[in-house]
Amino acid sequence: MRTERLARAVVAAALLVLPLAALASEGGSYPPAGNDVRNRASLQRGARNFMNYCSGCHSAKFVRYDRIAHDLVIPEAELKANLMFTSDKPYETIRAAMPADDAKRWFGTMPPDLSLMARARGTDYLSAFLHGFYADATRPTGVNNVVLPGTAMPHVLADLQGVQQATFVTRPGEGGTQVTELEKFELAQPGSLSPEKYDEFVRDTVNFLEYIGEPMQVERRDLGVWVMLFLLVFSAFSYLLYKEYWKDVH
Amino acid sequence: MGTESQGTTRAGGLWGWVTERFPLDSMLKEHLTEYWTPKNFNLWYAFGVLAGIVLVIQIVTGIFLTMNYKPSAAEAFASVEYIMRDVEWGWLIRYLHSTGASAFFVVVYLHMFRGLMYGSYRAPRELVWLVGMVIFLCLMAEAFMGYLLPWGNMSYWGAQVIVSLFGTFPIIGGALVEWIRGDYFISDITLNRFFALHVAALPLVLAGLAAAHILALHHVGSLNPDGIEIHDELDERGRPKDGVAFHPYFTVKDTFVLSVFLIIFCAIVFFAPTAGGMFLEAPNFEPANPMQTPPHIAPVWYFTPFYAMLRAVPSFLGTQVWGVLVMFAAIAVLFFLPWLDRSPVKSVRYKGPITKFALATFAVTMVVLGLCGMKPPVGIYPSLAKIFTVVYFAFFLLMPWYSRLDRTKPVPRRVTFHAH
Repeated sequence: MRTERLARAVVAAALLVLPLAALASEGGSYPPAGNDVRNRASLQRGARNFMNYCSGCHSAKFVRYDRIAHDLVIPEAELKANLMFTSDKPYETIRAAMPADDAKRWFGTMPPDLSLMARARGTDYLSAFLHGFYADATRPTGVNNVVLPGTAMPHVLADLQGVQQATFVTRPGEGGTQVTELEKFELAQPGSLSPEKYDEFVRDTVNFLEYIGEPMQVERRDLGVWVMLFLLVFSAFSYLLYKEYWKDVH
Repeated sequence: MGTESQGTTRAGGLWGWVTERFPLDSMLKEHLTEYWTPKNFNLWYAFGVLAGIVLVIQIVTGIFLTMNYKPSAAEAFASVEYIMRDVEWGWLIRYLHSTGASAFFVVVYLHMFRGLMYGSYRAPRELVWLVGMVIFLCLMAEAFMGYLLPWGNMSYWGAQVIVSLFGTFPIIGGALVEWIRGDYFISDITLNRFFALHVAALPLVLAGLAAAHILALHHVGSLNPDGIEIHDELDERGRPKDGVAFHPYFTVKDTFVLSVFLIIFCAIVFFAPTAGGMFLEAPNFEPANPMQTPPHIAPVWYFTPFYAMLRAVPSFLGTQVWGVLVMFAAIAVLFFLPWLDRSPVKSVRYKGPITKFALATFAVTMVVLGLCGMKPPVGIYPSLAKIFTVVYFAFFLLMPWYSRLDRTKPVPRRVTFHAH
């Protein structure tokens, strides 16, 4: 019996440890994005930011305008007037304004679709990326990014954030290698937004990207609470039924 | 409660009409109301029933997914997102199916470990074990092929890596890989045949094997945590003294266990469907891209113990086939279990310290190998994988000796049972 208890303990430990180990192995660590998909005002601002600054080049080809309007409670007239630039039919999905051929010619690559970017890379990554542009005269766009070095993307938010200068330090790494790390950013040329306002702008935009990655996520969690409550009540009754039947077994 | 309704309907009416023409009555008796089940079953014995229920969940959700999924390289990824966003309750069906895949392996691994602990594979239950092992093989094939269908980048590269394992076989390797893929690379053709096998061929085989597994079990009767035969002690009516009817006693007990299982299962479905990248991996939210490999390719968690063994073996004589052979051998050795165990007793309860130590070591080995298979092969992990691959095989290959040498305790005539 002791062996069986031990076996049960080992299995329970494994079921707990393995997911933690998997979590620990996930990619690089970035400061938390700090967004909240239940904050509707933030999502509405994020939708505005996305349509004005992202959708020129990036599509979100799995996302329908009317789904956004419905979920974020945006009246259709407002949707059409302020958020729909590439289509006049609300049931359509978000296409990029920039033609694909031109994109290839101008940037050497198609800007990726953003429908699932938050699920593929994580919100922390996206937030760090949008904070990570710095002036680099060696790049054709004049900027580089600490999160994705050599990115083809220009700093389209430079008007808002301003231009950052990056200072790097080189220190010895593992096995005699040299590791170059970002030491600090300095705002060389301020933008139209204060650093705090820019943080909020990025937070809202990343929030919207998380929402479009899985539009039903809030509904999913809310429904889950009811499912849990039902199952708890159901298991209580099934436990009593089980005990009732097994009273007869000696 | 049940006897009233049976008594009144059995004589005539629809029930009588059917039972005169079809052995429904005797089947229900043989497998439910008069299937004598050891009353000392513990929680470990619930995982078989749970595996059957997860199989049903997978088949039902799979059928509904098939209604909107498009098995083509051009449309597969988009059709999954269509299911997630535009199909009514599509997201729930998809998450039930993706979580069900992992749940299947959780309950099957625990079910197999139960067999290992209590000697469920010992004579006369060798065929129950062997059919179960074929089910396990089919399940792995089913999971592997299903994993390609979303056509995400991890789907693509996972399939690429696993299929190319067959390419390590000398002479026939290249042709074999081409035959499996039906193409020179993982393509639309590969996706189509994996879809056919995943939704038609393998589920049919799995359902048939599951039926055979249960028929074989009910023919010889269930063993129990004491590892003794309840049919050796019969009452005056010829029924086992330590047996209770499967229905209603175990149907009510399993209903309770099922509800607890569903609490855990639904918690994942509704609150963490990706399970932190364990069940749905982040790179799989990007469409398959033959030009760009994900930063770290690893199979889903349930394959990682075997993947770790594959990587633990270095290549020599200019070929990497040895790792592949070791991985297949790790599965093949399980088939021989009924003939490797030479202990005079079946259950771990009456076995000696060597067996108990070996069993505990085996449980730890599977966890460590699973961990090694998830991690990139750097640092401590390659050495750990090598050591525990040896331990894995030692557990099975030394069993004929240590199981016979080990001390045993006297086995009781009647099962250990504490009334509720």
